[in-house]
Amino acid sequence: MSVTLPILILAIPLFMFLLLGIGGVKMSRKLAGILGITALGAVAVISYYVAFTYFFSGDPLFIVEGVRQQYQVFDVTWLAFTDRMVVNIGFLLDPISAMMLVVITTISFMVHLYSWGYMEHEPGFQRYYAFLALFTFSMLGLVVATNIFQMYIFWELVGVSSYLLIGFFYKLPSAVSASKKAFIVTRFADLFMLIGILVLSYYVSNAPADGPLGSASAFNFQMLNNNAGVIANTVVGATFMGGSVLTWAMVLIFVGGMGKSAMLPLHIWLPDAMEGPTPVSALIHAATMVVAGVYLVARFFPLYCIVPDSLTFITIVGAITAFYAAVVACTQIDIKRVLAFSTISQIAFMMVSLGVAYNHPIEGVHYSGLGYMASMFHLFTHAMFKALLFLGAGALIHAVHSNDYTKMGGLRKYMPITHWTFLIGCLAIAGIPPFSGFFSKDEMLAAMYNNHWFWGAWMSMVAGLTAFYMFRIYYLIFWWEENPEYKKEGHKPHDAPWQMSVPLLILAAVSCVAGFIPFGEFVTYNGEPYHIHLETPVAVTSIVIALLAIGLATVMYAKKNPLPTKFKNAMPGLWKAAHHRFYWDEMYQFVTHKIIFNIICRSIAWFDRHVIDGTMNALAYVTNFFSVKIKGMQSGYVQAYVLWYFAGALVLAVITWICLI
Amino acid sequence: MDLNMLWYLVPSVIMFVAGVYGFVTRKNMIALLISLELMLNSADLNFVIFNRFLYPGSMEGMVFTLFAIAIAAAETAIAIAIIVNIYRKLHSTEIDEVDKMKY
Repeated sequence: MSVTLPILILAIPLFMFLLLGIGGVKMSRKLAGILGITALGAVAVISYYVAFTYFFSGDPLFIVEGVRQQYQVFDVTWLAFTDRMVVNIGFLLDPISAMMLVVITTISFMVHLYSWGYMEHEPGFQRYYAFLALFTFSMLGLVVATNIFQMYIFWELVGVSSYLLIGFFYKLPSAVSASKKAFIVTRFADLFMLIGILVLSYYVSNAPADGPLGSASAFNFQMLNNNAGVIANTVVGATFMGGSVLTWAMVLIFVGGMGKSAMLPLHIWLPDAMEGPTPVSALIHAATMVVAGVYLVARFFPLYCIVPDSLTFITIVGAITAFYAAVVACTQIDIKRVLAFSTISQIAFMMVSLGVAYNHPIEGVHYSGLGYMASMFHLFTHAMFKALLFLGAGALIHAVHSNDYTKMGGLRKYMPITHWTFLIGCLAIAGIPPFSGFFSKDEMLAAMYNNHWFWGAWMSMVAGLTAFYMFRIYYLIFWWEENPEYKKEGHKPHDAPWQMSVPLLILAAVSCVAGFIPFGEFVTYNGEPYHIHLETPVAVTSIVIALLAIGLATVMYAKKNPLPTKFKNAMPGLWKAAHHRFYWDEMYQFVTHKIIFNIICRSIAWFDRHVIDGTMNALAYVTNFFSVKIKGMQSGYVQAYVLWYFAGALVLAVITWICLI
Repeated sequence: MDLNMLWYLVPSVIMFVAGVYGFVTRKNMIALLISLELMLNSADLNFVIFNRFLYPGSMEGMVFTLFAIAIAAAETAIAIAIIVNIYRKLHSTEIDEVDKMKY
């Protein structure tokens, strides 16, 4: 494959960012919008072509005897610190990066088109498209990175674009604080990731150059993943606090992924990130950026496999997060927050699926491949239906001018397109066949049951909760009781303009059929095809659970009735705690403001003000004191200077003379 | 009588000290300039003397002296120009009148 097309995939969004960012103020809204949409359409077409070539061309670069290969389209040296510590910039094509190219450009194109209708009247329209282009560029650069350092750079760039887009309505104090929160929390997590990267590459680069690792860059993914066993032997013996250094490095790298993917202790930024424009939530905080953590683990999967402790850690974090987020989502009023917690829960699902993928309980069957493949499959289908749900929520907010379901209700008659597409999204996420979520979730659950029955049962429960809260919100928006406001003149809600409806319809169509893609033929952990077959007991169980949950939601929320209030009053403590997201934000507030600010920051400020500033002030004072004392010597009388000069010369001469004698 | 280096150096030192004395004691700026020229010439003389007696084969000292004389002429021109300007402002060439450039 020539280098031109892959470079264009990255260059076009970057160029659009510069063009719209610099020249946007001079453009009309229409021109900026059309430029952004056209450019992204071009990128999408090129990405489809590249992915299609990768998967279907049968080129020996890409597939050898049925095994898909990793192929570096280009990989140029950027910074060479030492012989082994070499940072490259490149373009890696392998099953997951080709799949991500398709996902990112599809969702990004849909969001570009949708925003044309959604953001039509907002000030800063051109700036918005510039930021969208920047995000698309960063995310594409992240997934095609050939080495961990390039990935880290783009990892930070997506963080920046996320920050810029969450704070897009910068006149709202809530948006500003949400953007700061998102940036600080993810940046805090990335610090651990950087430490992990440095630890890993330090040990790898210390391996002898004539050894099995060769002299390749210590950051390169291909080298690291192909030599996972060798690296384990190189690092063996180096331990830290009872764990091997490699385990620590991989866990630290995963902490970066926890920050971006909103896993439990670091999830607090994602619900607040909903302050950003809704299409941005669909693109960044549902479909692409937040799955970067999953992508990171998948990228390093061979290394994670040789340190099973880190995979156990990932499983536990994911399982707790999935349950927690699902419970919280049952009690939220803001529909975007429900979707945000649902995203956290679903990403945690993918994490668990990756975490359980290492075990081989049955001989001769690629069960380790199953969890990996299922996780990537779910990443794909989830991106489509969650973007659909978010864009649907955007259409609702556009029509009702509120984020709360209390202002909605009975909307199905007024907004048929939104209603049907939203319903398809809900059915997909709940796991009802034949919608896409069913197939991917079924594979994930099968992988979990294969690992240990406990993970399977636990995540089946989470899947039931998912179906319940999604249909709760669906019924509360579209059924329940019609809001009397709608009867008033001029308040009648209606479907969104075509720019917003078309993406909804396309994504709904994708959600209907994506489940039938034989995903195992394309994306597996080792490149060999995996033949997907439905595990009948798992599939039947999960359908029954989902149907029960949907039935419960129907009973509780289809028509206005006192049942939900009764439930709420039956366990007021639990409801209140879940509604306040189990007080995580308050805990963080307490720890940062009361403990860190008061104890650490105050003492540091005192030290800065009194010791550091004091030293500098004393230095200046002493200098000033002496200069005032001796400045009279500069009298302006040239002859006095000459006398001083000769006196000095004489003294020096005398000293020299004495010394020579 | 054998003329060794000392016979030339002693007049040079006398000239230099006379220049220093004049520079410190005289108040007229033209006189200061003359004293300065005395010191400079004594230095030039030293170049020539050392070249002649210590390195008779080479010419660097002589050439350097010629350069120094040319540059000294240019300096003197600048100094005279400054003095003329000062005279136009202050109507005096007394060095003690010019004490504006102090702390």
